[in-house]
Order: sequence, then structure tokens, then C-alpha cells
Amino acid sequence: MNMRTDFDIIQQWIAPKSRVLDLACGDGTLLKNLKEAKQVEGYGLEIDPEKITAAITNTINVIETNLDAGLSQFPDNSFDTVVMTQALQVMRYPHLVLEEMLRIGEKCIVTFPNFGNWRARTSLFIHGRMPVTKQLTYQWYDTPNIHFCTVRDFESLCTERNILIKHREFVAERIPDKQIKGIWPNLFSDTAIYLLSK
Amino acid sequence: MPDIIPENSVGIVTPETLYFDEPLELACGRILPDYQLVIETYGELNSDKSNAILICHALSGHHHAAGYHSKEDQKPGWWDNHIGPGKPFDTNRFFIVSPNNLGGCHGSTGPNTTNPETGKPWGVDFPPLRVRDWVQSQARLADRLGIDQWAAVAGGSLGGMQAMRWALEYPNRLRHAIVIASAMKLSAQNIAFNEIARDAIKSDPDFRDGHFLEDNTLPRNGLALARKIGHVTYLSDQLMGNKFGRELRSGSFQQGQDTPVEFQVESYLRHQGDAFSNSFDANTYLLMTKALDYFDLAREYGNDPVKAFNHALCNFLVVSFSTDWRFAPERSQEIVKALIDANKNVSYAAIESNLGHDAFLLPNERYEHVLYAYMNRMANETPGFNQTDIVSPSEASL
Repeated sequence: MNMRTDFDIIQQWIAPKSRVLDLACGDGTLLKNLKEAKQVEGYGLEIDPEKITAAITNTINVIETNLDAGLSQFPDNSFDTVVMTQALQVMRYPHLVLEEMLRIGEKCIVTFPNFGNWRARTSLFIHGRMPVTKQLTYQWYDTPNIHFCTVRDFESLCTERNILIKHREFVAERIPDKQIKGIWPNLFSDTAIYLLSK
Repeated sequence: MPDIIPENSVGIVTPETLYFDEPLELACGRILPDYQLVIETYGELNSDKSNAILICHALSGHHHAAGYHSKEDQKPGWWDNHIGPGKPFDTNRFFIVSPNNLGGCHGSTGPNTTNPETGKPWGVDFPPLRVRDWVQSQARLADRLGIDQWAAVAGGSLGGMQAMRWALEYPNRLRHAIVIASAMKLSAQNIAFNEIARDAIKSDPDFRDGHFLEDNTLPRNGLALARKIGHVTYLSDQLMGNKFGRELRSGSFQQGQDTPVEFQVESYLRHQGDAFSNSFDANTYLLMTKALDYFDLAREYGNDPVKAFNHALCNFLVVSFSTDWRFAPERSQEIVKALIDANKNVSYAAIESNLGHDAFLLPNERYEHVLYAYMNRMANETPGFNQTDIVSPSEASL
């Protein structure tokens, strides 16, 4: 996935000088960019020791946190935006994390790899094997990605839970996907990016 | 010490004694007319005095944090694992200042020094101290060294409490607070352990109501027992299991044998207690545990830690250890939560360790990585921060 495209879109949705919580912030690249471009006050939550060290080096506020243990330490509406990039699929209970994000943030930004992409579908349909792609390199038995979803799956969850989809963007890396992702995002996008609110 | 000084050791160090003749008004209302602080420093202060780090010691600590006092020393200073050339508190880059706190028993004015009014040791009459008194005396130490602003104030346990108090009392005088295995206040369980330890000391007949120095005696048994109690709470069940298990030092359970049985852990504790009771002052132990018990970061801020931290301007690094049950990770998480709610810069690492509370003193790869990363970042963000503009300690107006 082209991280830059992903982050560029997110950046457009973040207000300058706002308070941002980044769940599974990794090495803090997104928050670092947001700090420089938008002067946000940001905190990143991360569980991986090496990524935490990297985020400290990146001068990010990084808080070691197990997202699956809940986020009750954060008061309601205590952040302007809660972001989670490419991590929904590793959560034990993605729907509960989404609810927590919407409780803590005025708005939320979620990005995830679209499992409805035709390459994933083809792998399963033609080869009868769980997809292993450039973007998703794990085997089924060692993958941390335990809750894959498609664009349609995600949107139906939002409908069920009365989550308002304010914006959606789709990213595709390769041609011809790039040209036609807008027509049929669930089939052609690699990454889906959503701006949500209650 | 080892025959050859390791490259990452500060080597042989010599403490210095600084005299302060400006009276110090204490939190208890009493006034110390004058006092002395024993300190050690490692590394060199740079020309714009931007690379100084204050190390605050814990309950039984002192100024000797790194290196050796002589070739005969068996053990280096208490934080030698982390202070030295190339270590996280890198003495090639930072000027480390490590005082023995007031009320201590390693040379700074305290219960085992002379009360000028009586000409006798202060003993139990030494004024009770609070963490803020130490912080105030450390601020005067900074003045003396010409340090307007510490790059960081760092400490574990009771030392972490001092770092937090610094952030509230002198917000402009530190850029970072490094708070390790600490808490905003002790729990009832913690206070209970401290009270048992104090009881152990006071019930030793040689304590003589705190005037044992005048009577030329020492409450060794009481102090040793207090240390044993404390020591058990600084270790984890897991660590004691791994280290001692149910191994016997002497005797056996064989049928027909009635020789007394001693477990390894008993012998270890006895050794810890004995060593401590010969090197530490019982009144200092009482004073330090009371300071710990009384500490409550947010008390004067309506018991609201967010209101308290609103006063801070520095960045925070908070670190906890998984098996620390004396200053549990939850206590650190409370600090972190209050800091986030107060919109302060904070990073938090929850280190996996089976070493209990003592982990903050000991080597641990991940702990060191976190400290390295944070200290590197500190050095990188400081303008004029390099080795070429270092001045010699004699110029630093000690």
C-alpha cells in the first residue's frame, strides 16, 4: 500500500491544532507528519516494543497500550479526532474498538485493507488458497490479521451500529485498479479510508 | 572494582560536599539554618549549561550512583547499569548530578549529623521532610552549579516522585521529567509495609527512642528486619522462586535427621538485612519512609492530578515494570492518564520484567532501548548540544 496516499487523505480531514489520538500508531510517522503539517497535539497508542522505541525517536507521544483491553482511561469526547490506520483487522473485537473510538473522538478516521479486492477474491476462487499478496504477506496461520473485512462488510457494520459515514476514499496501487476503483471500490481498491462520526 | 575499568564506566569518582548557609524553610514549618549536600557528578557541563541531568535517589539511595570510590570497592554506584560513557545516561553527552538528599545518612545534613544547637547528633529530632523539601534543596543545588534549567530530572520510585514534584514546583527549570516505577501517591498497602518496617526499628531496644547515636549503640536488629520486609516487597514472587526456590542452605528433611533447616532465601534475607543495618541510619529510614507515605502529588491541587499537572511545562517519560507490585504499572498508568488529560507531552513504556520493583535498577534490554531512544531525542532537540563545547568541571563554579 502506498502509505503516503493514505496519510495525505487523512491529513486533509484533520483540523489544524486539533487533538488527535492515533490507535496502533506504529513508529509515529502519521502523527509526526500531522504535528509538522497541522501542529496537532497528538498521542499514539502502540503495543509493539520496537515500534514504541521508534515512535519515541520520532518525538511522538507514544503510550504503551493494549487496545484489546479497552480504552476506558480516555474520557468521552476528549479528542477531536481518533485515527486508526490499517489495524482494524488485528483487533480482537473491531466493532467494540470502533465504538470506543466514536465515544472518545468527535470524529474518527479508519483505514483498512479491503479484502474484497479482486486479487484476494481470485486467490480464493481460483486457487482455493487464503490470499498472500504484496500488501498482506502473512500465511493464514501466522497472520495477526484476524478480522478481515471488505468495503461492503464495513459499511454494513456502520449501518447496523448507526455510525455516520461522512467521507469515504479508496486507494488502489496498480493500473488498471487505479482508474476504475471509483466505479467499483469493493472490487478494485486496496485500502479503504473512512471518516466517521456518531 | 574490576581490575581494568570497563570502557562504559565512569571509573573512580570522588564525592564533593557543598555548604549552604541560606536557611531552608521546610514544609513542616521548621527551618534548617544551614546544611550541606554531598554530591557526585559525572561527565562535563557544556558551555551553555544545557546538558545537565539531575538524578534523584530512592528510599535507601545516595549520591553514589555510578563508578567506584576506590579500587577496593566491591560494587559500583546504585545506577551504574544506566549511567556511564555510552550508557543511556551517557556521560559523554550529559552532565549528571547526583546528590544525597537532605535527611540522608551518607554525608548530607541528616539525623546522623550534628545539630548545631545541641552539639549532639540530630537523631530523631531531625525535622521531618517532604519530597518538596528535597526539591527545594535541589533547586538551590542547581543555582550553585549555575544550571538554570535541567535537561532532565530523573528518578525511580521515590526518585520519580521528586521528578514529578520538580515539574510542578519549578516548571521552567526542567525540560524533561523521567519518572520510573513511581506513583502519584502510595497505596494503603504500601503505607502498611512502611509502618511495619518503622515498627521493627522502633521496637529494637537499641533504638533508644531515636537517640542511639548519643548512646553509642545501633538498632541493628530492627533496621535489618525493616530492610528484610522492604526487600521482599521490592522483589517478585517469580524472581524469588527462580533465584531461591525451596533450596536449602543447611540441614535436611531426611527421615531421622533433626538438624535445623535453613532455606536459601532465609540466608539471603539475613545477609541483606545485616549489610544494610551496618551502612544505613535508622532515623533516616524512618524519615524516608514517612516522606514516601506523605507524598501526594495532587493533594494541594484539590486532589485532582490533572489540575496538578496543568502546572507542568516539561515533557514526561513514564516507565513501569510488569511484576512490580510495590509501584505497580497501574500507578504509572494513572500518571500517564493525568498527563494526557492535562494535554502534556508524555510517552509511556510498560517493560516486561520478572524482577519486581528492583527492575528499575537492573539491566533490561528493552528498558535500556527506551531510555536510549528518549535520551537521544533529548540530546538531538537541544541546541548547541555536542561534545566540542564542553567546559571543565572547575569552570562550572562548584
